[in-house]
Amino acid sequence: MSRKNPGELIDPYRKKKRFDLSRYIYLRKDSFQERVVNGIYFENPVFMLALGMCPTLATTTSVTNAIGMGLSTTAILMMSNLFISLLRNIIPERMRMPSYIVIIASFVTIVDFLMQGFLPQMYESLGVYIPLIVVNCIIMGRAEAYAGKHGPLSSIADGAGMGLGFTGALILVAAVRELLGNGTLAGYRVMPQFYEPINIFVLAPGAFLVLALFVAIMNRLRIGAARREDEWDPTGKFVCGDCRTCPRVKGCGGKPAIEAAGSSQEGRR
Amino acid sequence: MNQKLQVSASPHTRGMMTTGKIMTMVTAALLPACVMGVLAFGMHALLVLVFSTASAVAAEYCYEKLLHKSITVRDGSAVVTGLLIGMNMPPQIDLWIPCLGSVFAIVVIKQLYGGLGKNFMNPALGARCFLLISFSSRMTTFSEGKGLWKLVTQVPATTDALSGATPLAYLKTGACFDLKALLIGNHMGCIGEVSAAALLAGGLILLAMKVIRIRIPGSYLGCFAILTLITALVRGYDAPLLYTLQQLCAGGLMLGAWFMATDYVTSPITAMGQIVFGCALGFLTWVFRLIGSGTEGVSYSIIFMNLLVPVIERYTRPVAAGMVRQNRENKRLMRQKKREARRLKAGGGKKEKDT
Repeated sequence: MSRKNPGELIDPYRKKKRFDLSRYIYLRKDSFQERVVNGIYFENPVFMLALGMCPTLATTTSVTNAIGMGLSTTAILMMSNLFISLLRNIIPERMRMPSYIVIIASFVTIVDFLMQGFLPQMYESLGVYIPLIVVNCIIMGRAEAYAGKHGPLSSIADGAGMGLGFTGALILVAAVRELLGNGTLAGYRVMPQFYEPINIFVLAPGAFLVLALFVAIMNRLRIGAARREDEWDPTGKFVCGDCRTCPRVKGCGGKPAIEAAGSSQEGRR
Repeated sequence: MNQKLQVSASPHTRGMMTTGKIMTMVTAALLPACVMGVLAFGMHALLVLVFSTASAVAAEYCYEKLLHKSITVRDGSAVVTGLLIGMNMPPQIDLWIPCLGSVFAIVVIKQLYGGLGKNFMNPALGARCFLLISFSSRMTTFSEGKGLWKLVTQVPATTDALSGATPLAYLKTGACFDLKALLIGNHMGCIGEVSAAALLAGGLILLAMKVIRIRIPGSYLGCFAILTLITALVRGYDAPLLYTLQQLCAGGLMLGAWFMATDYVTSPITAMGQIVFGCALGFLTWVFRLIGSGTEGVSYSIIFMNLLVPVIERYTRPVAAGMVRQNRENKRLMRQKKREARRLKAGGGKKEKDT
């Protein structure tokens, strides 16, 4: 085998990127879009971070419940993120946990009352899980990991992204459970008449089975992409690595060319 | 001579027992009970057995083919799993239910965890519980025997039982059933469970062939029998001995004790661990059957104990030759430290405080 550039190191395990999304889409870090994409996919609270397992397992018996739970959590998450972010310089370091809990609890109470007043049926079926949002790991986790360190606007965006990711995950799990365990979707009969519901899916063991299935699929997607080295980094700019002949020298403001050296062979525009 | 001088990596000696042989023997030992079940319930029972076994094997083959794994259908473990699932079905069940159970057992419980030897739970029992929870009404309605026994024998004492409840429901009330019917399988129940004598014979075959050891079934049945006898005496049932015998022969206890609890993968390795496992099984089954509200609890207790096997293994790990048991050594050291601390306190406690 003869090489064209004998001085260049070639990683034999590096495969050609099949499809590089970062060539087409670039999201600025902490922008609204980036936070939403991050919450829905990269740091999906349920499938990736494994937070908020209790409501995920308990309230996904039907799609309606999942939507109600997911959206109320989203609202609380956005509001608490906003206020924690606004108060982040006032709250002393040592007292942050109790302060966060007070902020979260007040919003949970608001949602609790609103739901009781306007959606009594939903309130009945969700039961104790609405007050339990106070101790939801996702909300505490985001307050601690993001809202306490970032500005109010990106914190709202983070809350929205995380909430949507949570809602989406709940709906996915609930759809499979309701479809298999009850033959319906959001209360409407979907499966044909001869289909006999497999009851276990609306019971607790089914929740674990379906959740594990989705986590496995997500792991497969992300670990597989990481292994192929074509994982999409939405905040990473596409760098062709062809800086010597480029008219806009360093105008791309991208990463150093060394990092992109591996893709320089196929990355020419 | 040439062969003997070959150099190779260990293991250098292999036993004659392969997985395939063991599974063949287990299948052979299950066959008498299957035959009795088919005799008792007729051709539909045979169809259930065939379908569940075939779908288990097919599920294993398809899964491994699709995921480009080595095909392990030939080792026969899928056959045993499928057969056990079929034996756990009520005789009149629709054929798709055992098939669904077999697929669940093979794919979800066995293969997703890495195949034979890595499953944490007995696949057949996992599937049985899956079906029992999902289709509870179908799984607990038993039809009358339509097979040969109906023609050959007329047992007046059990006519009531034949049209009504299973023997276990009878025994639940404290009344005695007919022991002969329980032994030959002339009563209602799952296909493979009806004939206690055939199951016992199968178990003894396995015991004689050294496929299983007496520890698990022995301690299981023994513990359960003693507890049941005590309960029967305390509650003042008439004929407590007969009652105990019938509790042993009724339901899935024989099948579970001889064929399911002894599954190599999901039972402890050490002798002590196996005895603890068996006794705990006996205790749990007694709780489910005689204390709880249900009539049957063999499958739940075996599954429950399967999950506890790692804990049992942890506490019954044998000590390597010449070593001191770690726990005892630690305790000895702790005692020594305490003694020293006390001596210090008595002798130089004040000095310590001053400094």
